[in-house]
Amino acid sequence: MVPTQYYLILSAILFGLGAVAFVVKRNIITIFMSIELMLNAVNLAFVAFSQAKGKLDGQVFVLFVIVVAAAEAAVGLGIIILTARNRRSLNIERVDLLKL
Amino acid sequence: MSPALFVFFLLAALAVIGALSLILQKHPIHSALSLIVVMVSLAGLYLLLGAEFVAAVQIIVYGGAIMVLFVFVIMLLNASAEEHTDFSKLAKFGGLPLALALTGLLAAAMIHDGGSVSNSGGTDITLASTSGISMMLFSTFVYPFELTSFLILVAIMGALVLAQREKKT
Repeated sequence: MVPTQYYLILSAILFGLGAVAFVVKRNIITIFMSIELMLNAVNLAFVAFSQAKGKLDGQVFVLFVIVVAAAEAAVGLGIIILTARNRRSLNIERVDLLKL
Repeated sequence: MSPALFVFFLLAALAVIGALSLILQKHPIHSALSLIVVMVSLAGLYLLLGAEFVAAVQIIVYGGAIMVLFVFVIMLLNASAEEHTDFSKLAKFGGLPLALALTGLLAAAMIHDGGSVSNSGGTDITLASTSGISMMLFSTFVYPFELTSFLILVAIMGALVLAQREKKT
């Protein structure tokens, strides 16, 4: 039996790595992938809590998170295709219309 | 060390290595493959937690559908290795401590709030988690469940509208 704390620590580590990737990476697609990594880390915490409490609500919530992530991926990748077509680049530095 | 603990550390190491590789790889397709490693090892962890339905959905939806979509877009846009740009001095020196602080704070908060929870009168979820999930999905959570179908419909229409070529008028 693995203690719940281990899962929570792993979840926090994965979330931290996802946050770092979100800030460090310069490619729009990779930045989008790091969002998925953070969602996965949160899912792990949900399932760990669900098992610790002996209730299934956490697992149902994970299913909803996965559905929302799928919808988000579809729309987000559509936006990325549009940006890449307009800017001729995938570098996030080139997308600076809102920058002063 | 018990077998479960050994499997946990194996999968956890695989997940962390995959996440690190996501950051360190320069080419987006390598980052995408690293992310697939993370997702498959997380599916293994879900199995270890007794959530076999979530594990299957993780493999099918994340490892299958979403990552194929990512790889497809990377190929479609012919993405090359990312250009390196300099960070500001503040980010260079403050970034690592801040990231570590975020990780530590998250772990501490979650463990403090819920690390000591015990199986409080709940049923043994390892036996019938899939049938239990389906029962909850179609009774307690039936309205959110129906709303997700609407959300996916809207997402499909949004993706179509965004990705279509502009009409020349």
